[in-house]
Amino acid sequence: MGNPIVFFILALIAIASALGMLASRNAIYSALFLVLNFVTIAVLYLVLNAPFMAVVQVTVYAGAIMVLFLFVIMLLGAERSGSRTEGLRDWEWILAGFLGAVLIIVFLTNLVMNPSAVGDTAPFIDTSPAALGLRLFEAYVFPFELTGVLLLAAMIGVVVLGRRKKMAQLEKGGNDA
Amino acid sequence: MPDTVSIDWYVALSIILFTIGAMGVLLRRNAIVVFMSVEMMLNSANLAFVAFSRYLGDLDGQVLTFFVITVAAAEVAVGLALIVTIFRTKQSINIDDINTMKG
Repeated sequence: MGNPIVFFILALIAIASALGMLASRNAIYSALFLVLNFVTIAVLYLVLNAPFMAVVQVTVYAGAIMVLFLFVIMLLGAERSGSRTEGLRDWEWILAGFLGAVLIIVFLTNLVMNPSAVGDTAPFIDTSPAALGLRLFEAYVFPFELTGVLLLAAMIGVVVLGRRKKMAQLEKGGNDA
Repeated sequence: MPDTVSIDWYVALSIILFTIGAMGVLLRRNAIVVFMSVEMMLNSANLAFVAFSRYLGDLDGQVLTFFVITVAAAEVAVGLALIVTIFRTKQSINIDDINTMKG
């Protein structure tokens, strides 16, 4: 499942960018670190014989979603997080780092205790967009339709949320007049 | 050094990224950064899905990743709209300031 050197370099970049996102004071830097993380994971998808998912990852995640994030950050002027309590005290960071490390160690210990059968990886399969689409429409038609409903609901929700204030103002204006 | 990476390493990377994302959700006070951490947690789950898809030679993992990405996109759109609405009322996106249910 991939060359170890490539994997470890990518894993290192992914973990470093994740930590950068966690620690950045400026929300813009957090977003850019997250883009780097997403692109790294897209490269891992390529290593894992998932070229279509890699492209979707870059276009949807690193492209659309992160542009939305950056747009909202800049729209609200929230780069500096605009907060007086963002700066956690030192002991809180240390405690959090300790607890996070404990969590990771517990997970990894579990993993080391129960290793998978190494070298048992299945042969390469056809993961072209055509094969993926066939699987999607043969076995997952109903979830696919539900996804459509979900996206419609999300879109209506966003429009309603975005318009609420204007509607209130309109009603107020109507009452005044 | 082995000439190939086993599934365990991918699961380990997924675990580490998930934990960092969870720490981001719990530690940061900026609502937008909290959202970004949630995205990273979803992404680490996706990585595990794709790795197992490769390991088992089954396309289902990638299809599921596809659904996760779709749901994440919808979630981000609604979440950011909520943040913008909250910012309009509260003039703040610090989650410590959003401590009442009153609009």
